[in-house]
Parts: sequence; C-alpha cells; structure tokens
Amino acid sequence: MLQDLKRQIVLAAHGAGEGHIASAFSVLDIVWVLYDKVLKHDPARPEWEDRDRFVLSKGHASLALYAVLAAKGFFDPKLLETFAKPSSILGGHPDRNKVPGVEASTGSLGHGLPAAVGKALARKIQQKPGRIFCLVGDGECNEGSIWEACLLAAHHKLANLCLIVDYNHSTDRALSLEGLALKFQAFGFDTTYISGHNPRDIEIALQHQHLKKPTAVIAETTKGYGCQRMENNPEWHHRIPNAKELEEILAELT
Amino acid sequence: MRRQLVKTITDILERDSRVVLLLGDIGVFGFREAFKKFPTRVYNIGILEQASVGLAAGLATEGMIPIFHTIAPFIAERALEQLKVDFGYQGLGGSFISVGASYDYASLGCTHHCPGDVQVLKTIPGMRIMVPGHPQEFDSLFRKTYDKGLNYLRLSEQSNSRPLNEFEVVKSGNQATVIAIGPTLDRVIEACQNLDVTVLYCTTVAPFGESADFKDNIVVVEPFYEGTMAYDALKGKKSRVLSIGVPRRFLDSYGTRDDLDANCGLTAGAIRERIRGWL
Repeated sequence: MLQDLKRQIVLAAHGAGEGHIASAFSVLDIVWVLYDKVLKHDPARPEWEDRDRFVLSKGHASLALYAVLAAKGFFDPKLLETFAKPSSILGGHPDRNKVPGVEASTGSLGHGLPAAVGKALARKIQQKPGRIFCLVGDGECNEGSIWEACLLAAHHKLANLCLIVDYNHSTDRALSLEGLALKFQAFGFDTTYISGHNPRDIEIALQHQHLKKPTAVIAETTKGYGCQRMENNPEWHHRIPNAKELEEILAELT
Repeated sequence: MRRQLVKTITDILERDSRVVLLLGDIGVFGFREAFKKFPTRVYNIGILEQASVGLAAGLATEGMIPIFHTIAPFIAERALEQLKVDFGYQGLGGSFISVGASYDYASLGCTHHCPGDVQVLKTIPGMRIMVPGHPQEFDSLFRKTYDKGLNYLRLSEQSNSRPLNEFEVVKSGNQATVIAIGPTLDRVIEACQNLDVTVLYCTTVAPFGESADFKDNIVVVEPFYEGTMAYDALKGKKSRVLSIGVPRRFLDSYGTRDDLDANCGLTAGAIRERIRGWL
C-alpha cells in the first residue's frame, strides 16, 4: 500500500513539475498510520463533529496527506493527477476550504501548531471529545511560534493535543535541535521518541494519551525515505524527477 | 474607550456563549469581573502574539468567536502573517481590538507607536477595519460586526465630543470634501469653521464607502500614516487628494499625545492651514 502511495506521489509531482517529494516520503508512514489506525474519522462526512482532527503544519508535505486522504476515500484518487494544475483543489500546500479532510491551510511554517492548540482549547471549552494531532517538521521547530504554542498547550493542560515532530534532521545544517525530546519535556509535554518509519511504534505512540499533559512524539525519520537517491539528499528537497529518473524511481518503488 | 470596551465585551460574553476573549496581558484588571464570570472563555493568554492569533484561528475553526486584545503594534505588525494566513486566507472570523492607536503611548517611544497598522492590515483582503471616534461608536460597531467576518478595531484614548454614524455628513460645502476619520473629527470641525467645504465623518476605513459622492478636491484627515486612505478616496475618480495624517518618519521625541499631535501637524490650527493652503 505505502509503495503504491509513494508511486502516486511521485507521479503527481512529475505531472505537475512541482512538489516536495522527499518531505512527503519523510512523513508518509506517520500520516498513513494516523488515518489507518488512530484517527476517528469518516471520509463520507469530513466535517463530522466528533472526529479527531489532524493538522499538517509542514504543509509542503501535502502530497503525503493528499495520497492518504484519497486512499481513505475523502476524494477520488484521480484528483492526484491534477495536483498543482490551475483549477485543481490540490495545491502545493493544503487548503482547508478546498480539500475534504484538510483541517488547516498551512504552508507558512509555524502556523499549524498554534491553530491546533486553538482547536484543542476549543474542544476543551466545549467539553467535546476527540483528539487533535499536529505534525510539524524539525526545521519548523526553528520558528518561535512553535514554542509559544507549546507554552500555551502545556499551561492549559491540553491533553487532547498530540504533537508529532518529523525529525528528519533537515535543519541540522542550519540550527541544532540537540536534545529535542528534552526540550519538549521541559515545555511540559509527555514526550516519546520513536522510529517514524516503524508502523507499530507509530501506532503505539499515537494511541497513547496522557491524562493532563499534551503529548509530543518525536519521530526519527529519513527525508526521502524509501527512495535511495532522495534519502537525506538536500538536492531532492524540491526537485522533480526527469523522465529517466521517474522510470528508475517507479521501478525502485515496486 | 477602554471602559466601554470592558462593558461591551462583558455584555457580549454574557449573550453569546461562542465568544472567547484573549487578553495579551493587558486590561486584565479591567476585565476582572469577566474572568470570574466566564472562567473558560476569558484568558490572559500571555505575551506571545503570533501563537495567540494562531490559537484564535483554531478556536474559530471550531465554531468559537475569538476576540484578541492587546497593544496595536503587537497585533498588526508582529502577528501580521498570522492575521493574513490563519484568518484572512482561511476565511475565518474574529475581532482584533488594539489600544495605543498611533501614539497614545507617546512617552513610551517608537516601539509602542503604531501609525502603520491600518496601512498594513489593508493588505489583508476582506478584513473590516474600524476606527471609532467615540466610546459609543465602538459599542455599536462591535455589536454589529463581532460575529461577522474578520475585524480590526482601533481604539484610541482620543475621543470626539459626540458619537456619529459610521459614514455621516457633518456639514456641507462646495470647495472640497474633507473626510475626517475617527478621533480626528473634533479637530477637523474646528479647522473647517467658515470654510466652504463638506465634512464627512468616517469610522469604517475598510471597506471604504466607494459609492460616496466626493467633490473634486478631497482632503483626508487620518489619525494614522498620511496617505493610507488616498487610494481609497481617489479610486475611480478624477479628483485630487490632500492627505493629512501622521508623517512617515519615526517620532523619536517623547511627551504627551498632544505634544506629538503638534509635532505631526495634527492640531486643529495646523490642519486648517494645510487645507486653506491647498485649496
């Protein structure tokens, strides 16, 4: 299944001449497990009141979210072929007003988590069920608004919030996040550290909920995971394969 | 204006259970009764404006109506991108209420001045921007809009002697239309005594009254950076415009708001001289 989704992602990006493939591969296992095993959702009713919410704060990994939403029936998988075309609902960054199942329009880093905190606070005020999951990138953790949002989540004891960090180390070249799990612990999160490509670990970590504290799951990931030429290769951050590369990548993903 | 803010919002909190008030660590004493009465809907959210605006957007996606209140530069300038993306682009509703206006905090210096707020917020399509010139105007503008779309209300310590409608002709004349925005009105009336001009009062500057019939000479007296409303005043017209507002320089002297009004040429006498000279 996941190989199939990866092929769809590569084909969509190739067709558009646009897309952050390596970022999508970095988070795909996590997003898949979320929708397949963890989130309470109903693709036929994306606005179902008691659903769990998922905010993809690192919006440039949109292709992973689109592929999973399509696979789960939120919209026709054929739409993936329209990715980034003029009248498509699927843009380079997800838009909550266009795409069924997208909870927040993201793209500017550091915006999704504060919004997820607001959602979690709203659900608490309204005494309504459901958890709010939010996936941020490690580079995104450079943003001050991430840490502002963490202060708010811990202070207001938003135990219904689960933050996932796609820790693929892409920011290491810019700014060290050494001791990332300790940082979240210090900010008042119940923190676990897992492999972001191990479905069982992901599921256990995401099912876990603390009684009073928000949860942080630091997921150790590989950018471009599953595609040798892309893995940890900054050249592939925003690169689109040419025809020959496409053929080779699709062969690798079978 | 601040007393009215407490009164109006406390009443709206009582009437509408969707409303959530977020204070950026100001006005906490004023809202002490509201804190007691609505403990789950009134927060001293802290001094973190970017996340506060983002959080407010999250509240809005879940059907709540957020109100965020703090000093003007920390909403309009520090959290501009959050207002643009989290609210404007996503089509979410909420109210952002600033104090400080351009230089009500005169002696605190340029960090606390914000004559650029309206100009930058006008870049957010769909944001309604209101500049009440009297406490009662704040009350009526807020009640009319708080549950409809994205709003910015610019509160000033300066107030006109009486409340008016949001777009109202105060006097009629032939040589020019003088548009007085918000708390400039009393000075404009004084400045225009015995001048053959129309004085038009305006509190809602976005959207601006596009269908209004102005004379060929338009003067805009604006309590923020001069020229902020020039395009709106001229749009679709073959008129000429004189903008009288806060000059586009850092106001690096201290003193009182009146001192800075004098420094900026925003006294009634200085306004009158500029209008007469231009006409």
